[in-house]
Amino acid sequence: MAELTYLQAISDGLRTEMRRDKRVFLIGEDVGVYGGAFKVSLGFQEEFGPWRVIDAPLAEAAIVGGCTGAAIMGLRPVAEMQFADFISCAWDQLVTVAAKQRWRAGTPVPMVVRLPSGGGFSGGPFHSQNPESSFAHIPGLKCVCPATPEDAKGLLISAIEDPNPVLYFEHKHLYRRIKGEVPEERYTTPIGKARIHRQGDDVSVITWGAMVYTADEAAQQLDSDGVSVEIVDLRTVMPWDKAAVLESVRKTSKVLVLHEDTRSGGFGGEIAATIAEEAFEDLDAPVKRLAAPDTPVPFSPVLEKAYIPQVEDVAAGLRELAEY
Amino acid sequence: MATETAVDVVMPQMGVSVSEGTITRWLKQEGEQVESDEPLLEISTDKVDTEVPSPASGTLTQILVQEGETVDVGTKLGQIGGAAAETPAPAAEPEPQAPAAEEPEPAAPTPTAAPEPSAAPPPASGPAPSGNGKAFVSPVVARIAGEHGIDPSQVPGTGTGGRVTKKDILAFVESSGAQQQQPPQAEPEAPTPPAPAPPAQAQPEAPPTPPKPKPAAPAPVAAGETLPGETVEPMTAMRRGIAEHMRRSLDTAAHVTSAIEVDFSRIVAVREQLKKDYQAAYGINPTYLAFVAKASVETLRDYPYVNAEMRGDSIVTHNFVNLGIAVELAEGKGLIVPVLRNAEGLNLLGLARGIAEIAAKARNKQLVPDDVQGGTFTITNPGGYGTFHGTPVISQPQSAILGTYALVKRPWVVEDELGQDVIAIRPLMNITLTYDHRLVDGALAGRFLRDLRGRLEGWEGDGE
Repeated sequence: MAELTYLQAISDGLRTEMRRDKRVFLIGEDVGVYGGAFKVSLGFQEEFGPWRVIDAPLAEAAIVGGCTGAAIMGLRPVAEMQFADFISCAWDQLVTVAAKQRWRAGTPVPMVVRLPSGGGFSGGPFHSQNPESSFAHIPGLKCVCPATPEDAKGLLISAIEDPNPVLYFEHKHLYRRIKGEVPEERYTTPIGKARIHRQGDDVSVITWGAMVYTADEAAQQLDSDGVSVEIVDLRTVMPWDKAAVLESVRKTSKVLVLHEDTRSGGFGGEIAATIAEEAFEDLDAPVKRLAAPDTPVPFSPVLEKAYIPQVEDVAAGLRELAEY
Repeated sequence: MATETAVDVVMPQMGVSVSEGTITRWLKQEGEQVESDEPLLEISTDKVDTEVPSPASGTLTQILVQEGETVDVGTKLGQIGGAAAETPAPAAEPEPQAPAAEEPEPAAPTPTAAPEPSAAPPPASGPAPSGNGKAFVSPVVARIAGEHGIDPSQVPGTGTGGRVTKKDILAFVESSGAQQQQPPQAEPEAPTPPAPAPPAQAQPEAPPTPPKPKPAAPAPVAAGETLPGETVEPMTAMRRGIAEHMRRSLDTAAHVTSAIEVDFSRIVAVREQLKKDYQAAYGINPTYLAFVAKASVETLRDYPYVNAEMRGDSIVTHNFVNLGIAVELAEGKGLIVPVLRNAEGLNLLGLARGIAEIAAKARNKQLVPDDVQGGTFTITNPGGYGTFHGTPVISQPQSAILGTYALVKRPWVVEDELGQDVIAIRPLMNITLTYDHRLVDGALAGRFLRDLRGRLEGWEGDGE
């Protein structure tokens, strides 16, 4: 096992699949000669050639539309949006064509769209969003949001293998900050299975992506107060691991649903509603949500810090639940 | 809004044997306007699912019984007009206006003309619990309290405002506190065996226990417990109603069944002829059931006790026949017995048409309560699947139910024109009469069946 950064783990997963399966190709803005805006595909064009690592024009609709066609014809395209925010240009191709194709015509669309997402580095409103709930709402699309290097590799391979369009949200703030042991061989991480990031008895946090680490730091603070926090890392938002969430809720009876996306219509609402419906008699406190406010992501570092849930916010929320 | 005259919405009487109903849906919410006779809510009883029209025009000020709840007939479900539910009940204040009364003796605060407090009076005294005080019981605490028969107010609370937390009640259960409480309330849910029997579950292996008079019956599975391979589904209101009625009928009447074989040769021939005419002229199929119904209604005229009921110490007979027809709903969803009123006034065509209409209404869930009430005699036709005999259960409070079975060709001994016995092939139907032997004697039932057979074999009605 090697210790890799989150970003290296994504590269590793992509390289593994491109070496193994000639149908897999990468397309996106600057993914070739430049190696990608974040250098995920650095050296890929040299290894796989310009026909499998394709520099695309600034045309997200064309990238996703082309990938959809290629997938229908039997290839396994991986598209990179330079920033997840830009996927709105490709909404129609993704939502109207790719997501519906399987139901409409029975043809699988084995396509992955990589989406560098999330804030925390003053990227402002166009380079910091977490749009997973918009796509989780579209039947036919899968959404995965790995938090660890090991899951980043395993989920990318699962996403490429999957016969459906999969949106792969890779959190930019984790790229070089997070390191972890990653098996060198090929492996998959199942889509739809959560991971218990931290075992605890008193309060559960349901979260994913970069918030796993925010929750972890908050949990450490509460540990010293004698409150034991369990962290469920969903890993995939659609499909999501309801059973794992409900099991944790039944154990602790107090839940904080945490995400970096905005609050109203964020995926946390779906989780909270499901808990209220299916685990009502196990609740010892109202289900609490912690999320970004309903505004665009601000540029100002001070405002951005106020916007994205911070360790202190999560710790305060957890304390409130613990004391309830 | 508070000035309108209040009109109560009550659970309607949906049939003589129906004592309760379940609210399936409120079509209006509190505060909404409703017109008189506009559908206000939907209810489900053991016989019919139906809408309840609003008894008045006005504002639906109060909903007292929520969706999913089952209440007795006559229970107040809500209120149209009058004071709105949210009007603060004056009693919540520490009665500031009570001394205002001029009565000299303040000791007896007779609330003679006091404004009617709303249906659920607020807690008699003490400040209203605000926020998460001790009075609030979270869902999980309520569940644990229920499972262990604990009164949550007896548990020391450590949560916000003294609230009892899950940890508090679990600690209370673990400590001896729980045992002091009265025996767990949850137990009685398990079907309790008849009084003398020992408690069901206690003795799988307990050798030291002195031998019981009888070996314990296999422990019944407690309600809510599921064994591997079992599937549990909630009972519908209709199924509960059927279950209750079937049991009550068997507990009430002395069921006896007599059967007779009827040669349908003549009916078959008549029907062949009529079928074309009726179809062409009226679009109606003269079914065998219609023939049996016609002959039964005529025969009942001579046997009033078969078309009667026992009401207290009296026997009530009828000069009319409200004919119940058992109709199976799709896919075993239940059985309903719509009633064809004044069947004695219908000819074969009228009976065939009436039966087809009420059966269709039953299957399309269009029956109204009156359609299932007031039956005096019932016919059930379980022969559609080929069965040749059965012992149906009487629809209470009637005294009998007629069963018709499969029409089959059988070798049959008949006399030829020379008076010789010969074996002929004849279409035969078994017909049963299940009667309440408290009222109908066996010989009477026999004569009824004999006459019925006579009418069917020597059909002289329509089509002749």
